[in-house]
Amino acid sequence: MSIKVYVPRDSSALSLGAEKTAKAIVAEAGKRGLDINLVRNGSRGLFWLEPLVEVETANGRFAYGPVKPKDVDGLFDAGFLEGCSHRLSLGLTEEIEYLKKQERLTNARVGITDPVSLEDYLSHDGYRGLQNALKLTPAEIVKQVTDSGLRGRGGAAFPTGIKWNTVLNAQGDQKYIVCNADEGDSGTFSDRMIMEDDPFVLIEGMTIAGLAVGATKGYIYLRVEYPHAHKNLNTAIAAAEKSGYLGADICGSGKPFDLEVRLGAGAYVCGEETSLLESLEGKRGLVRYKPPLPAIKGLFGKPTVINNVISLASVPIILDKGGDYYRDFGMGRSRGTLPIQLAGNIKRPGLIEKAFGITLRELLYDYGGGSATGRPIKAVQVGGPLGSFVPESQFDTPLDYEAFAANWAVLGHGGVVVFDDTVNMAKMARYAMEFCAIESCGKCTPCRIGSTRGVEVMDKIINNQDRAKNIALLRDLSDVMLNSSLCALGGMTPFPVLSALNHFPGDFGAE
Amino acid sequence: MSQSDWDKNAVMQVIDSLKDKPGAMLPILHGIQDTLGYIPKGSVPLIASALNVSRAEVHGVITFYHYFRESPPGKHTIHVCRAESCQSMNGTGLEAHAKAKLGIDYHETTQDGNFSLEPVYCLGNCGCSPAVSIDGEVYGRVTPERFDEILDEVRAQA
Ligand SMILES: NC(=O)c1ccc[n+]([C@@H]2O[C@H](COP(=O)([O-])OP(=O)(O)OC[C@H]3O[C@@H](n4cnc5c(N)ncnc54)[C@H](O)[C@@H]3O)[C@@H](O)[C@H]2O)c1
Ligand SMILES: Cc1cc2nc3c(=O)[nH]c(=O)nc-3n(C[C@H](O)[C@H](O)[C@H](O)COP(=O)(O)O)c2cc1C
Ligand code: SF4
Ligand code: FES
Ligand code: FES
Repeated sequence: MSIKVYVPRDSSALSLGAEKTAKAIVAEAGKRGLDINLVRNGSRGLFWLEPLVEVETANGRFAYGPVKPKDVDGLFDAGFLEGCSHRLSLGLTEEIEYLKKQERLTNARVGITDPVSLEDYLSHDGYRGLQNALKLTPAEIVKQVTDSGLRGRGGAAFPTGIKWNTVLNAQGDQKYIVCNADEGDSGTFSDRMIMEDDPFVLIEGMTIAGLAVGATKGYIYLRVEYPHAHKNLNTAIAAAEKSGYLGADICGSGKPFDLEVRLGAGAYVCGEETSLLESLEGKRGLVRYKPPLPAIKGLFGKPTVINNVISLASVPIILDKGGDYYRDFGMGRSRGTLPIQLAGNIKRPGLIEKAFGITLRELLYDYGGGSATGRPIKAVQVGGPLGSFVPESQFDTPLDYEAFAANWAVLGHGGVVVFDDTVNMAKMARYAMEFCAIESCGKCTPCRIGSTRGVEVMDKIINNQDRAKNIALLRDLSDVMLNSSLCALGGMTPFPVLSALNHFPGDFGAE
Repeated sequence: MSQSDWDKNAVMQVIDSLKDKPGAMLPILHGIQDTLGYIPKGSVPLIASALNVSRAEVHGVITFYHYFRESPPGKHTIHVCRAESCQSMNGTGLEAHAKAKLGIDYHETTQDGNFSLEPVYCLGNCGCSPAVSIDGEVYGRVTPERFDEILDEVRAQA
């Protein structure tokens, strides 16, 4: 009997050499005449241990990591295929603290299955949500999602069920489901991991959304920086079509749903939903005025559900286990779980799916183990380039949309980027303005001109020219951007800028 | 008319196979860039007439998106991540090293035509910062030394 060996194909694992490790393992097994079955799974999301290799044993999957090609020979000598003791042994994968303490609902299969195997997906509870949805009326499906308390995971946290209800009740000969897979935020990779490591769960979620609102066509707008996600999505879509999970007659229900992946082209603003729709229609990604909301007049002017990858990928488990099951996780008005992405200068970076309510301090020290450089952590930026910098004094804030908002901070898509004490916050504020200037769609003046002016003002502050006057100017400029930008690119750039200034005045020249 | 230095047939093939899709513009531009490595200026009128829009509109779309290019790239394209997570792990040092090593700035190509250098704002590899990608393959925890090794590997590939 051949023994299953798992070597991830997730692009972060590949970025650390997983391909070479896989080849070395196959070669070594061949040399020793050992019969192995190599599975290319997704990543468990424990990046400091990648390439993390697993072997199936009688007691469960046994992990080693990080495994470099040069380690392979010694591992086999020590009894690699039996789950041996070795410098790189991590024990049973499920018992690794970092993983064991998580609540993986949306990411239940990530790192476990072969991402593009429909068979694997089905044998790990896949498509149970859709089977349930097929027995419900559209309004009943929407109700499950509303009851779950799920709020948009793209960052704005608008209740998904309410959005779907608007589309359900909108009139239109054609409706669309659009998945926002532009994931532009620095410090985030959970959308990527779902698409690379469990693409079927997104496909299932979009199919359920189609049934819920009466849409027959879906698009996944994927950033071009994610070629592996592109490939896996297309492979999974083809497999789903072949087995009747997509196409003219979903699972014999007589209802159609088709899905197509479209690529973006390196514009951050195209993650903004109306810019994204313009781009899908073949135009420059200029932000539209709202209203009308996309739910009423979206893609090609038709009622459109547009949701983030994680929002849609959370739908299958909600339909499988019920809205109440999902709602029982979390705190306050933040229900369910959030795939948190711990990134930057941190010893143990990774994907941590937890119920809302965990604190930053637990994430940074219990999970993360402190900074990678071993120096004190000075600040973390949560919620991407438009999120505030959070100082140590606020590390006990629980991850909850309202608690963050109360600190003038942003939970957003759940990215947490860590900086040690060598960071200069004035430079980070300058970068935030620069990024806004580079990515501005140019439609409104506060953002287009304001960000360029912001870079100039920051240069003066950094070069110690008329500091007091220029800091006052920076505040004025931020005020205008906050209050009169058309979209959140211009409207939220002041979050990183002013939080840096307010929490770290010393870096701006204050005594 | 002078012979164009790009393959018009290939461009027409891409346009014909995609022009009937709803919102065909980006798929066509991607198709052309995938085939030729860039979008030749001379293809703009062909796209415009197939999609029944003005040349100015096609040009406007091409220039709006950072990814599309109107000149041929080097044999290999290196994207260095400039975003926050990579900055927190000495990404700025890596950027400076890459520019010095290759002797070029962003949006330029080395004299031997081997490498083009582009900035990118996050590769989704923030758990392994700093990150670069070469011809679509991502590399993580890239120190300046590792950058040099990777370049040698890529050069050796052919
Ligand atoms: N994930 C990323 O990479 C990324 C990048 C940048 C910004 N963001 C986030 O984007 C957020 C801003 O997004 P936004 O401008 O789309 O926010 P928004 O508040 O305008 O909209 C949120 C969503 O709710 C919908 N909506 C609002 N009212 C509705 C109603 N009555 N019925 C139906 N639908 C309704 C909107 O159409 C939209 O889909 C920021 O908070 C930021 O965190 C995320
Ligand atoms: C500049 C800008 C960029 C955005 N980028 C993304 C993105 O990459 N992914 C995403 O899901 N939402 C992004 N959003 C939020 C979307 O506009 C929108 O709120 C979201 O797609 C709705 O889906 P949700 O309700 O499931 O979160 C961005 C918003 C702005 C203002
Ligand atoms: S705020 Fe910036 S990105 Fe948003 S609409 Fe205005 S110019 Fe465009
Ligand atoms: S793009 Fe409209 S102002 Fe320039
Ligand atoms: S910030 Fe560099 S990979 Fe995300």
